[in-house]
Amino acid sequence: MSARVTAATAQRVLWQIRHDPRTVALLIVVPCFLLVLLRYVFDGREDTFQQIGAPLCGLFPFIIMFLVTSITMLRERTTGTLERLMTLPLAKLDLLAGYGIAFGLLAAAQAAAVCLVGFALLGLDAPHGAALVALLAIANALLGMALGLLVSAFARTEFQAVQFMPALVLPQLLLCGLFVARDVMAPVLEVVAWTLPLTYAYDALARATDPAALGSELWLDLLAVAAAGLAAVALGALTLRRRTA
Amino acid sequence: MENATQAHDPAQVEDAIHVEDLRVVRGGNEVLHEITLTVPRGSVTGLLGPSGCGKTTLMRAIVGVQLIAGGRVEVLGQPAGSPALRARVARDARERVGYVTQAPSVYGDLTVLENLRYFAAIVQADSERVAEVLAAVGLAGREGQLTSSLSGGQRARVSLASALLGRPELLVLDEPTVGLDPVLRAELWKMFHALADEGTTLLVSSHVMDEAAECDRLLLMRDGALLAQATPQELRDRTGEEDLGRAFLAMIEAGVA
Repeated sequence: MSARVTAATAQRVLWQIRHDPRTVALLIVVPCFLLVLLRYVFDGREDTFQQIGAPLCGLFPFIIMFLVTSITMLRERTTGTLERLMTLPLAKLDLLAGYGIAFGLLAAAQAAAVCLVGFALLGLDAPHGAALVALLAIANALLGMALGLLVSAFARTEFQAVQFMPALVLPQLLLCGLFVARDVMAPVLEVVAWTLPLTYAYDALARATDPAALGSELWLDLLAVAAAGLAAVALGALTLRRRTA
Repeated sequence: MENATQAHDPAQVEDAIHVEDLRVVRGGNEVLHEITLTVPRGSVTGLLGPSGCGKTTLMRAIVGVQLIAGGRVEVLGQPAGSPALRARVARDARERVGYVTQAPSVYGDLTVLENLRYFAAIVQADSERVAEVLAAVGLAGREGQLTSSLSGGQRARVSLASALLGRPELLVLDEPTVGLDPVLRAELWKMFHALADEGTTLLVSSHVMDEAAECDRLLLMRDGALLAQATPQELRDRTGEEDLGRAFLAMIEAGVA
């Protein structure tokens, strides 16, 4: 692995993003718009808006980065650039870390915008600081990226890659406890939820937006998110093959 | 055969590529059947045959990105695809192997210059070298253009320029002249020979026989098998045909008979 090649890769990804200002605008504006929408959907029910909207600020980057990464990696595979890179003095970790840095920065911008709108303009409460929510959001974005990288290996077209979003992200979103508390779900679903990484991401955000004192559980949740992310990256790296059939 | 001391020093190995009994199976079908060939250093070798005959698969095996079912592929004295062939020993050292795929493998959403700067960073080439390769492929003045907005032939040349950055000892080019106008095509062949004169080994595939005459040596393929390896003149002598396309046909007929 080389810092020079990692930095060059991160810069290259940022160059690509810069040439697509519409996507950047959508990445920043859409989550903010959805949050505003949610605020008025729950007009007059501030408790519910706080309960769903506050954690959601930290979950948007997960959803978006999952989608962005799975499509971007699929493009690297289908346009032959991945194959070229695999014949060059570039370590797989250079590529993954380069993407991590570039998309991490993008996620930070997105998280900052959403948190600004949510906590400063729409009156959501961040009893432990909006910065904590934003930091968790970036961690979740990296988890989304890692999972997106992994699933990109199983898609052959962009249509298929897009379908992985409703297939793999929506169930996690439904089961994580954001919309319905997990203890009122069918018992089997409660068990399933414990095996899904987004459950831990949500738990961390729920604690960070709850007035109760922060306990060590927050760090355990974050640890679970990091472990799931690392496992997905490790599995994803296995799908970046130097030799193919 | 070289003697033992020479064979142990990769720089002394005379052949740039040495393939022995190579077999490749894709989707349950054997697409390359026991191919044995050598490519000498510092030459332009043409890999010719109809489309679908296995040229790309053979090239992929040589650059080490193809899973193989059997046989041996040695490149610059090392097993194909070994990390030693990717690594650069020193900043000013030449890259070992450069590979240009048939479909241009560059980023469409980057400018020409950004593409080259990225690949230059990986192979440690400086900005002077970037300008050099851009001029060599006739793309000087197009630096700021988005690669996806270029014509197919221009995109192919961005891909070629990226592979030239590290001054590779072996350049494997998959149909680099497809869709180019005749003037540009002639210029590229001139460049290939200039590179070979500097000691670069080039393996260039084509499915048009009129490019065969440009090559120092020819590898003729058909249906996943190697029909012949010879110089254009040897091929003419062997078949009694002056036209290389007819000579190829004669080789096929002789093989069938």
